[in-house]
Amino acid sequence: MSRPPFPTLPEKSETTVRPGKGLTFWPITGERMSSDRVKSTGNDPLHLQADVLVLGGGPSGAWAALAAAEDGARVVLADKGYLGTSGATAPSNTGTWCVPPGENRGQAVERRWQRTGGLADQRWMLRCVDQAYENLVKLSEWGYLFPHEDDGRLYIANLRGPDYMRFMRRRVLKAGVTVLDHHPALELLSNGDAITGASGVDRQRNRDWSVEAKAVVLATGGCAFHERILGATGLTGDGYLMAAEAGAHLSGMEFTGKYTLAPYETSLNKGLPYRWATFYREDGSPLLDANGEQVSNGIGEREKDIAKALIDGPVFARLDHAEPALQDWLRRGQPNCFVPHDRAGIDPFKDLFRITLRAEGTVRGTGGIMLATVDCGTGVPGLYVAGDAASRENMTGAVSGGGAVNSSWAIASGWWSGKGASTYARKSARKAFRSISKPLGEAGLRPAGNARADLRTAQIIEAVRAEVIPLEKNYFRDGTTLHTSSERLESLWNDVRQHLHTEGVDRVRSREAASITASARWSLASALARSESRGMHRRADRPGSDPAFARRILVSGVDAVRIGEAQISREGIAS
Amino acid sequence: MIEIVSASRCIECDICVKVCPANVFDAVPDSAPIIARQDDCQTCYLCEIYCPVDALYVAHRAEGHFPITEAEVEERNLFGSYARALGWKRGKAGGTEHDPTHRIRVAAV
Ligand SMILES: Cc1cc2nc3c(=O)[nH]c(=O)nc-3n(C[C@H](O)[C@H](O)[C@H](O)COP(=O)(O)OP(=O)(O)OC[C@H]3O[C@@H](n4cnc5c(N)ncnc54)[C@H](O)[C@@H]3O)c2cc1C
Ligand code: SF4
Ligand code: SF4
Repeated sequence: MSRPPFPTLPEKSETTVRPGKGLTFWPITGERMSSDRVKSTGNDPLHLQADVLVLGGGPSGAWAALAAAEDGARVVLADKGYLGTSGATAPSNTGTWCVPPGENRGQAVERRWQRTGGLADQRWMLRCVDQAYENLVKLSEWGYLFPHEDDGRLYIANLRGPDYMRFMRRRVLKAGVTVLDHHPALELLSNGDAITGASGVDRQRNRDWSVEAKAVVLATGGCAFHERILGATGLTGDGYLMAAEAGAHLSGMEFTGKYTLAPYETSLNKGLPYRWATFYREDGSPLLDANGEQVSNGIGEREKDIAKALIDGPVFARLDHAEPALQDWLRRGQPNCFVPHDRAGIDPFKDLFRITLRAEGTVRGTGGIMLATVDCGTGVPGLYVAGDAASRENMTGAVSGGGAVNSSWAIASGWWSGKGASTYARKSARKAFRSISKPLGEAGLRPAGNARADLRTAQIIEAVRAEVIPLEKNYFRDGTTLHTSSERLESLWNDVRQHLHTEGVDRVRSREAASITASARWSLASALARSESRGMHRRADRPGSDPAFARRILVSGVDAVRIGEAQISREGIAS
Repeated sequence: MIEIVSASRCIECDICVKVCPANVFDAVPDSAPIIARQDDCQTCYLCEIYCPVDALYVAHRAEGHFPITEAEVEERNLFGSYARALGWKRGKAGGTEHDPTHRIRVAAV
């Protein structure tokens, strides 16, 4: 597979910061810049050029960077936090959807598709399991240590988050990618025809950065609406807002009704141990369902009963169905689930502990930027998307892809978007870097009206959360409540758009507040448009699925929100 | 949230400043880093496992401060407890080959 190499850039001075592919740096003044100055801690803006710029350093961003670098592209990856610890995968233990090649994979896909509320697309599912499998095998070849099954075979269907992402960091650096940690992107750049890069702020040095690039991959993850769950600190929907400002569509934003059990007031939103739990009321009496049976196994159908009970009052759990061998596997296999208990002095197999349901927005929901092409293009020239930043409806429809599908999707879509972006970059090589780029960011950066100093980002985020987090509003939905919430968000958006303004590093927060508000607004508009119940979208006023709604709800527009729809292709549903 | 940077254990390598995804710490010349933005902590426990000398302690409470003394953490042997459970040592990764999660997944169906 030999491809023409990327042409080297004319004119600009070359300063290599890392062995491997040379990256060009030049100061805004146009003079040569020494690598020392590039690394200096002053406030001079950092300006780089690249073929492909990846925004986000979770698994999808890391795979995108690797794919583009393997293609010969010069790649910059900028993350809000640190590539290796940032994002939803790093603190967790992720199961993948791992289907070995062979005849059975069609059946495996078909079985999974049956659970997607009819909204997934089997063609995407098949190519995803194939690509993810190939890349999981690569991980093993590269030296990631998978455990063995009893028969001696490697078990590659599980990746331990901290180890996996640390491993990916090494791999990405080895591939010659320039990694910018703690460099949140604030906005995309465009020349009017195509996306030409992005800019942001180096939050540890308080200096601006911009990267001119021939193609950009958005791998910024989902939006968890500032819920305190594992890995969600940076997952504020920034990529959605950037994409929408560039004219991309979002899809499936109504599917934000996914919640996961966690010990009360902790960050541990990992559902697996609750497979072996029974649930109790505050007075110690067993929690009973409508048929008078005790509620156990909190990760299946019984979740709804727990959600109802949590609206009424405190709920407690105990992992009393776990046999001693299982207790040992749970402790060793999911150690972070036990960290809060150990620190609180609780034995969760014997003692009752208070629980909560944590909202997960689009992280374990499915909404995101609509995919327009098979190489993960967004329909906006030069803009690609991967992982949770993309809608995962193709893979998982109206139900959550947490627990297996999402991580395989992050691997596969990361890979495709990196290849797509590098191919696009190669094609546009001659035209690049000649035109004038203009920043596209508006809300939270450039208020349309007078800046108001009394407008605090924390208050805006709290006000949004009051509409999209409570179980009684978002787990159990109904048209009237959605409508009221939607009106509140309209007025909040107006404040943000007209008056929110900050400087320096604080722009990260104001942009997050804008992205969270915008994401909530799109979510509510889509939830109102889906006048039925399907998967995690549960409307009390429209119980049951309506065949007329076996289609996608699209949403676009930043100031004026527009709703559209898309049919799912017949081939996707058939076979 | 992060509660303790143990000045007696810390070797001032500033790794936590670099790796914390929420940018919670600030480096201080010739001193242990400080917890500068505690409320931004996402309670992921990752700084603990990256610290080469187990000098950090993250309390289980993710919403709000949870006061605890260094003496208590020491006494209950909680410094580095998550790293030990994973098989990480002195800030270095390890232990994935012994992960029994596949057994849990089989049992879960
Ligand atoms: C607790 C938990 C457990 C999970 N377990 C499983 C599982 O077992 N199986 C499974 O399939 N899925 C699981 N998931 C889902 C899975 O973790 C995600 O699907 C996956 O992490 C998505 O990868 P990503 O790279 O797209 O996004 P993320 O890993 O979330 O990474 C997004 C990155 O973008 C960065 N970023 C955000 N905004 C900006 C910006 N403005 N500029 C620069 N960078 C930015 C963030 O810092 C972050 O590093 C789990 C999720 C959670 C929360
Ligand atoms: S990582 Fe540990 S030793 Fe290094 S500065 Fe932080 S607390 Fe100190
Ligand atoms: S627990 Fe996570 S977010 Fe909190 S200080 Fe440590 S690394 Fe940072």
